[in-house]
Amino acid sequence: MNFDRVNEKLNILADAAKYDVSCSSSGGNRKNNNKGLGNSKSSGICHTYTEDGRCVSLLKILLTNHCIYDCAFCVSRKSNDVQRAAFTVEEVVDLTINFYRRNYIEGLFLSSGIFKNADFTMERLVRIAKKLRLEHRFNGYIHLKSIPGASEELLSEAGLYADRLSINLEMPTEEGLKLVAPEKSHADVQKPLNFVNNKIIQLKDEKKLIKSVPKFAPAGQSTQMVIGATPENDFQIMSIANQYYNDYNLKRVYYSGFIPINHNDSLLPSIGSQPPLLRENRLYQTDWLMRFYQFNVHEILNESNPYLDTDIDPKLSYALRNLHLFPIDINTADFHMILRIPGVGVKSAKKIIAARKFGKIRTYQLKSFGIAYNRARYFMRCEDDQYQRLELLPTQIKNKILSNSQSKYIKNDPNQLILFE
Amino acid sequence: MENYVFDGSFDGLMTLIFDFYVRKPKQIKVWNERDFQPSMFEENYEVITDPDKAKRVKTKLTSKLSKQGWKRFYCTFLSEQTEAYQHLFDFAKYAIDSNQNFESNFGNQDVLYLAQMDRKVNREKHHFEAFIRFEKFPDGTFYSTIEPKYHVLPLLLNHFKNRYADQDWIIYDLIRKTGLMYSKNEEKVIPIKLDFAPKQNHSIVKSFEPTENQYQELWKGYFKSANIPARKNTKLHVQLLPKRFWKYLTEKES
Repeated sequence: MNFDRVNEKLNILADAAKYDVSCSSSGGNRKNNNKGLGNSKSSGICHTYTEDGRCVSLLKILLTNHCIYDCAFCVSRKSNDVQRAAFTVEEVVDLTINFYRRNYIEGLFLSSGIFKNADFTMERLVRIAKKLRLEHRFNGYIHLKSIPGASEELLSEAGLYADRLSINLEMPTEEGLKLVAPEKSHADVQKPLNFVNNKIIQLKDEKKLIKSVPKFAPAGQSTQMVIGATPENDFQIMSIANQYYNDYNLKRVYYSGFIPINHNDSLLPSIGSQPPLLRENRLYQTDWLMRFYQFNVHEILNESNPYLDTDIDPKLSYALRNLHLFPIDINTADFHMILRIPGVGVKSAKKIIAARKFGKIRTYQLKSFGIAYNRARYFMRCEDDQYQRLELLPTQIKNKILSNSQSKYIKNDPNQLILFE
Repeated sequence: MENYVFDGSFDGLMTLIFDFYVRKPKQIKVWNERDFQPSMFEENYEVITDPDKAKRVKTKLTSKLSKQGWKRFYCTFLSEQTEAYQHLFDFAKYAIDSNQNFESNFGNQDVLYLAQMDRKVNREKHHFEAFIRFEKFPDGTFYSTIEPKYHVLPLLLNHFKNRYADQDWIIYDLIRKTGLMYSKNEEKVIPIKLDFAPKQNHSIVKSFEPTENQYQELWKGYFKSANIPARKNTKLHVQLLPKRFWKYLTEKES
């Protein structure tokens, strides 16, 4: 292996792949039964974190950044003047194996620019995964991109070797996508998503009857949307996410704050403008509320409330808009309602349900469970409720909570008095 | 109140519980020999570890506890915290005396302590599953040293054995001076114990094995390229990757 050349390629192709946010290695269930290398951990492992605080779990690279498309938001677009490179199959395999042996990574995330055509590209990705699995008995995690337009035969084969397949929506709406990438459409994304989803369901059914059904993309599928490049509101974004969760059983939808990378583009925010990190954070919170807190998207966002609050999280914002449902008595309420108390997470809610069988729960116990009591106390009752609940207005509660907490996004306290003006 | 002192081993703690039920004092204070400072005005009882007694207590406890409850008990023991032993004793006593399943009674301070300590120990274990970095010796052995807060080495055994079944590896705990050695030919893990701590010798490894140095350079390059400068967030970076791990992380070496 020519070390200098590989090093150069790795820098170019890792740099081009980093805008894909997905790096999860969870959901894999491949066990090391063949005395080979690697054993998946179902929760996944983050092996390090970059200086922007994102996890590095997989070796995330493009096979090549040569591309026939010219999408305005993409750093590898055809008309962009960047260094181009391409790995050989052997180089990717060698890097993956040697990084894995040193415990640097959980596996491989392989994406690619489209060269020649979809099938040609997809075939290369599949060949790498196949080589790792069959020749090197590699049982680590493999995440492959489904290339839009690739044949069903290739997708079927990819599912046999990969743990997760993903394909990016890029822009939340069709109109937005047409604006920046006229050659692409959401239908191109839906087709492979649908095919792989049906295949997973079909094999799961067969598994009930036949024991030796092969694994097929055991960690499911995911997708990604770019946020803030095109003018969609939060309600539109989350409705689309909700629809994809329902229609294709996605494991994850990722939201990626747009980072301007190309000069001279009148369509998109210009270089140097800040990525919308706060908005991205609020969208992920909403996503979590939908997936783990039994919220319906319409309860958080709707036509009259199309944007998420920036100063408070969506759960608190929901509680303030629905004060008539509170306070909730944690000694009698069901799990579903306890989950809705701001400041109470899924684990604390489970603890409350388990512990109250042994006696009524008191404040000091609640605090030791690890709930955010300062926030929760406005919305709940417990056995020795000392908190005097005055008839507070939503804005008053909000101000009280905000004055006791410090947002990580607001550097200067807005309530700070200014002496000289 | 009588002081019960045991030798710090797991069997020692088990024997302590056995002796407590034989001697039936009212209340006791449990001490690991390591932390104990005798005082003139208190009565002390020194537990002499007995594997047979320990085995009987283990059988009793495993029959009283769920699988998870027993795991919690063991992980809390591995935390090696001074106050943990008293909680473990009270928890065991609760288990032996109680006729109902009490493991989810988080209103009880011992139950809660074990649940929370179990989480801390497992978080530390998970840190090392993630942050251990192997370096390849010229003879093909992958070598790594660690300095964990809690004694997590026994918990790491299966993870690494399953993962690296086809390579020889060593993980050595510099604080507790014990380690694990896996041999791919024999397919088993051998515990190692030295009276001295081996020195960190990155430079020697590097000069012996040329490809080792290259893969380390490739990894450092990858780590740099994967970063997005526009999203720089040092606070989050340090929170997720605590500084105490940095000296073992290849990518954080300058």
